[in-house]
Amino acid sequence: MLVRVFGDIDFAEDAVQDAFATALERWPAEGLPPSPAGWLITTARRKGIDRARREAARQDKHAQAALLAASVEADQAAEPLGDEVVEDDRLRLIFTCCHPSLGSAAQVALTLRLLGGLTTPEIARAFLVPEPTMAQRIVRAKGKIRAARIPYRVPSEADLPDRLRSALAVVYLIFNEGYTASSGDELIRVDLCTEAIRLGRLLAALMPDEAEVIGLLALMLLTEARRPARTNLDGDLVLLADQDRGRWDLALINEGHSLVRQCLRRNRPGPYQIQAAINAVHTDAPTAAATDWRQILALYDQLVALAPSPVVSLNRAVAVAEVNGPAAALEIVDDLELDGYYVFHSIRADLLARLGRTSEAAAEYMAAIATTGNAAEQRFLRSQRSRVNSAADR
Amino acid sequence: MKQYLLSVYQPDGASPPPEVLGPIMDKVGKWRDAIEAAGAWVFTGGLEAPSTATVLRLSGGEVVITDGPFTEGKEHLGGFTVIRVADLDEALKWGRQFTEITGLPLEVRPVLDAVQT
Repeated sequence: MLVRVFGDIDFAEDAVQDAFATALERWPAEGLPPSPAGWLITTARRKGIDRARREAARQDKHAQAALLAASVEADQAAEPLGDEVVEDDRLRLIFTCCHPSLGSAAQVALTLRLLGGLTTPEIARAFLVPEPTMAQRIVRAKGKIRAARIPYRVPSEADLPDRLRSALAVVYLIFNEGYTASSGDELIRVDLCTEAIRLGRLLAALMPDEAEVIGLLALMLLTEARRPARTNLDGDLVLLADQDRGRWDLALINEGHSLVRQCLRRNRPGPYQIQAAINAVHTDAPTAAATDWRQILALYDQLVALAPSPVVSLNRAVAVAEVNGPAAALEIVDDLELDGYYVFHSIRADLLARLGRTSEAAAEYMAAIATTGNAAEQRFLRSQRSRVNSAADR
Repeated sequence: MKQYLLSVYQPDGASPPPEVLGPIMDKVGKWRDAIEAAGAWVFTGGLEAPSTATVLRLSGGEVVITDGPFTEGKEHLGGFTVIRVADLDEALKWGRQFTEITGLPLEVRPVLDAVQT
């Protein structure tokens, strides 16, 4: 068991020896503990971490000690080790796992493994890759951390904005993969959303002064709040406008709104905060018709200025359609080079349908269906397409 | 401490005219001096054009000599610097400065500990 924890037989044996030595010192004086075997295992685990730390100091291999300590914690989630892994260690570990020199898939896998509560088989299932593939991905990433000596520390002030962006991107990627799985039968993978929010909360607790950290947490909470209404009993997708708002999670909405207000007071806007604010406007509306689209459009204008990207412009176009009509929105959408992104085809199809250009809309829905691997999304898009087709027949 | 190989990749073809290259090379010289002043510099080698390279291969038990370079591409290894620093972030700090000066991509690769002296 300790070998599994420490991943090294010699190392585990040494740790057990240390534990026995301590037992020999203590038990005669203090008496037997209630569960001697349990005491030995727990103590051996602690000794192992101590040993790793000592060796770390000696060999300048801090990252390895941290990785060990964190693996231990992840493996023993139900059995907390107390102060073994202090908050500071976790913050450093986030920056090690999300180091930009690691590939994005490796960053995500390492973060979930070492900071989240997921085991390697669970992570493999969540990303629909074979378990050995995921295990190898994690081993390789740990190997790179060791070989390239990726430091185990909070980045210098000069590097912090970049590196924090990288860490937040990893957390948001995990959330998004959970929220709309890019492939598979289920629309939502709740475990990934839960993990991402847990990581978001952890980051917010560790870096409470970083407005974007708070913004990301708010964004995830406000998105998660709508999850119960996002699919119907058959697991099919329900559009925001058609959702039963009574099924939204009010506690999450309130928490998200309070975080957004906190961000507004700080007045240091960033992309996550603005997206959170957009979601706050949506979740503020008691009915879809009551949505303040002008405010949403103003927020998208700010987002385009701050973090321009074709995807942001696409989302902005949805707000433009509500404020200025579908023709103005289609003009924007047609200028975007997002061919192959199913949301682009889906939005373009909707705008064409609203303009009465039904045969073009049907073709665009076909393009959307062809570009998503998610079964629930495909079912939704097919139903949209048949609606457009039957409208054309009338 | 850990050694890192910083390899510079540059596009094939003629180098920029002297009036462009001159100021850049001045800055690269200062960059190298700064690494040395920080006690992190180990070795720098700028390389002649890839067309000057010769490749040796073992073929049928004999070493065969052919015209180089080893790999043809749109970019080639233009030079390298070895530095000795505490960790990857420090290596990336120096590497970033080089890329900012020259606009050229740089590969930062750790040197195996065993060959360090």
